[in-house]
Amino acid sequence: MALDTVAIAEKTPNQEQPFAALGLKNDEYQRIREILGRRPSSSELAMYSVMWSEHCSYKSSKVHLKQFGEKAPHSDALLVGIGENAGVVDVGQGYAVTFKIESHNHPSFIEPYQGAATGIGGIVRDILTMGARPIAVMDPLRFGRADAPDTRRVLPGIVAGIGGYGNCLGLPNIGGEILFDETYAGNPLVNALCVGVMRHDQIKLAKASGPGNLVVLFGAKTGGDGIGGVSVLASETFGSTGPAKRPSVQVGDPFTEKVLIECSLEIFAEDLVVGIQDLGGAGLSCATSELASGGSGGMQVALDTVPLRDPSLSPEEILMSESQERMCAIVEPGKIARFLEICKKWDVTVTVIGEVTDGDRLIITWHGEVIVDVPPRTVAHEGPVYNRPFSEPAYIARANAQVLDLPMPDESEIAAAIVKLMSSPNMADKSWVTSQFDKYVQGNTIQSQPEDSGMVRIDEKTHLGVAISTDANAPWSYLNPYEGAKLALAEAARNIATAGAKPLAVTNCLNFGSPEDPGVMWQFAETVRGLADGCLEMGLPVTGGNVSFYNQTGDVAILPTPVIGVLGVIQDVRSRTPMSFDRAGIDLYLLGETFADFAGSQWAYMHEQRGGQSPQADLQREMRLIELLLECQKLFVAAHDLSQGGLAATLSEMVLRNGIGAQIQLTQDLATALFSETPGRVVVAIDPKNSVALQEMSQKYQIVLTKIGVTGGESLTINNAVISLTALGDAFMSTFPKLFG
Amino acid sequence: MATIVVDVMLKPEILDPQGQAVGAALPRLGFTFAKSVRQGKRFEIEIDGEVTPAQLAEVSKAAETLLANPVIETFTVRVEN
Repeated sequence: MALDTVAIAEKTPNQEQPFAALGLKNDEYQRIREILGRRPSSSELAMYSVMWSEHCSYKSSKVHLKQFGEKAPHSDALLVGIGENAGVVDVGQGYAVTFKIESHNHPSFIEPYQGAATGIGGIVRDILTMGARPIAVMDPLRFGRADAPDTRRVLPGIVAGIGGYGNCLGLPNIGGEILFDETYAGNPLVNALCVGVMRHDQIKLAKASGPGNLVVLFGAKTGGDGIGGVSVLASETFGSTGPAKRPSVQVGDPFTEKVLIECSLEIFAEDLVVGIQDLGGAGLSCATSELASGGSGGMQVALDTVPLRDPSLSPEEILMSESQERMCAIVEPGKIARFLEICKKWDVTVTVIGEVTDGDRLIITWHGEVIVDVPPRTVAHEGPVYNRPFSEPAYIARANAQVLDLPMPDESEIAAAIVKLMSSPNMADKSWVTSQFDKYVQGNTIQSQPEDSGMVRIDEKTHLGVAISTDANAPWSYLNPYEGAKLALAEAARNIATAGAKPLAVTNCLNFGSPEDPGVMWQFAETVRGLADGCLEMGLPVTGGNVSFYNQTGDVAILPTPVIGVLGVIQDVRSRTPMSFDRAGIDLYLLGETFADFAGSQWAYMHEQRGGQSPQADLQREMRLIELLLECQKLFVAAHDLSQGGLAATLSEMVLRNGIGAQIQLTQDLATALFSETPGRVVVAIDPKNSVALQEMSQKYQIVLTKIGVTGGESLTINNAVISLTALGDAFMSTFPKLFG
Repeated sequence: MATIVVDVMLKPEILDPQGQAVGAALPRLGFTFAKSVRQGKRFEIEIDGEVTPAQLAEVSKAAETLLANPVIETFTVRVEN
């Protein structure tokens, strides 16, 4: 293909361009022509197409996401908010923590290992870009039915990819989720969260300011990885086009990334950069336009200086390449010598590819000829915005009106029912997966799966730590996306409070079907409204997040799956409360009331019923419960949240964790008491001598407190039903090895 | 007895960290001839008797399913006597 320059574009205004094949709509293409006052060159077209894709531009979600800013609660803890690579939160003692979740769903379906691996690589670079040292990762995952053949292809690959990349980087994987539902067949969800820590004065931002400053590309060389990956992979639903048309997969190299992390941290420590950006989706197109747009606007780049792994790449391909393990920095000329020296020490390829100018255009040349000349804001931040139509889908009224018809086992049947529940893939032990991840590397992991949250120490002297939980309840979001988002937020916050950490901030990864479907768009709008309202009520700011649309196969969208991550701080990790008790003879109490909330429950899912009405979130009560958990923390021997699977699951997980049984007495209808998933409940274990103190606290915070039993023995005994720990453990532990072993 | 050889290589556009590492190590050891290195893998499959076209087709199918990952790799199948 002959080189298409800006000069040629001016002379040949009528030349046909393949904008549709690049994912641009006709009116978007016309807008590019209006902005430029001419047809775009092919390189400009490549840049606009990839930056205006749904994945990069958030064109369908922007109008809704602005609620996170409008309804933001006042928070002294927020140091950097939405819009940067990741939000930054003050956790005290001069430390700042940054965390974010992203999706890597579509690439992981095509090539599970590399897709999941590069998902980790990308989110880790986002955190690094803020100036922080990455300290842990988490992975919320969702798959099609556990026994479906394709799940057997994607799940082991994805798990191995996460483990392979994360373990090589030396980052502990401290939690996440693994759930199955047939709507994820052909569209697994691979979300990746990373958390990093830095001192307050080390925060870095993505901006290119100061004319004369140099644009420096460092890290891996550029190859033909995932060209068009962002626009084609993330913006079009899988349909009839076969694998042959799919673009090449990005392949990561964790050892290069590890060196890049250490090299970047040394560069940060010497304060050598003005601004920095990682190269992820949309590669150089994204990094150059976002850096220029974040600064004064002017930048000149000589694209032919970019070091290539494959010398046959065209300029358009170089601009769109998603080769992994690359970073772009803005460096003052006086500091470049030291910058290059540090890169040399770490054996990192580094090239000065351009400079910041005092103009307001991003100009990219190829062997001296201008191939891109654009206002960078129009590429990076002023892309199209769609107010897509949305309306309540027909299924909502139908599903909400449905009366559930579920078996309600009595005392003689309850033991078998609990064993069946705990052996179902959604509830079963996940250590087949999590044992493939390094949970303890770096030596600061305090707790990880299967505990309610992941917790890492960030200061070895003061024992300051942070805890994170990621949660989504897609069946509730399916029935009521507004309440579902609030309930997921409450659950994530509760999951860190059970360990004794105070919730501080929120990140999210919103996984949905096609935004061009008004029903899906309604699910999304309701979810964002619910999450923004919930965050405002709970006083937790949203620090950033990610939207993944087009998660559907043909006409079937996934369940709306807003994965909510809540981060909290704990002053002394040594005082954290584990999920289970380590001795017999202590009392078990249930905090919170139980109603017949079966809609969206695991019990309903096991019996193939999706209908009914989701519970309503009572966030005031959730906040009182969290305060109670934090204030009473010293009283608790153990505390464990109730969520999927209800009290039956919580008790089973507690007794199996340390192999110490429990005798439970329940007065309510057994099936309701055990399988209902009423939100806002926690089981706590306390020494009997502290019962009065706990009762006083439950009155102070108006949380219903019920004594349900005592610990000890070789079984989980509920009224007169006895389940031996051996039988329960076998059922719980054997499901994953049987399916995937 | 015959041997069917399946050679598997990463597609040219796919990053090959192992090949790169070998390529970087060669000059350190004084071997300066290599411009670049790409690393693949080779399977030797022994069968009884002469190889039939049907067997070769079956091996190709197995290569596509198990020995190679056709999303990121290419393979060739040949007979070695």
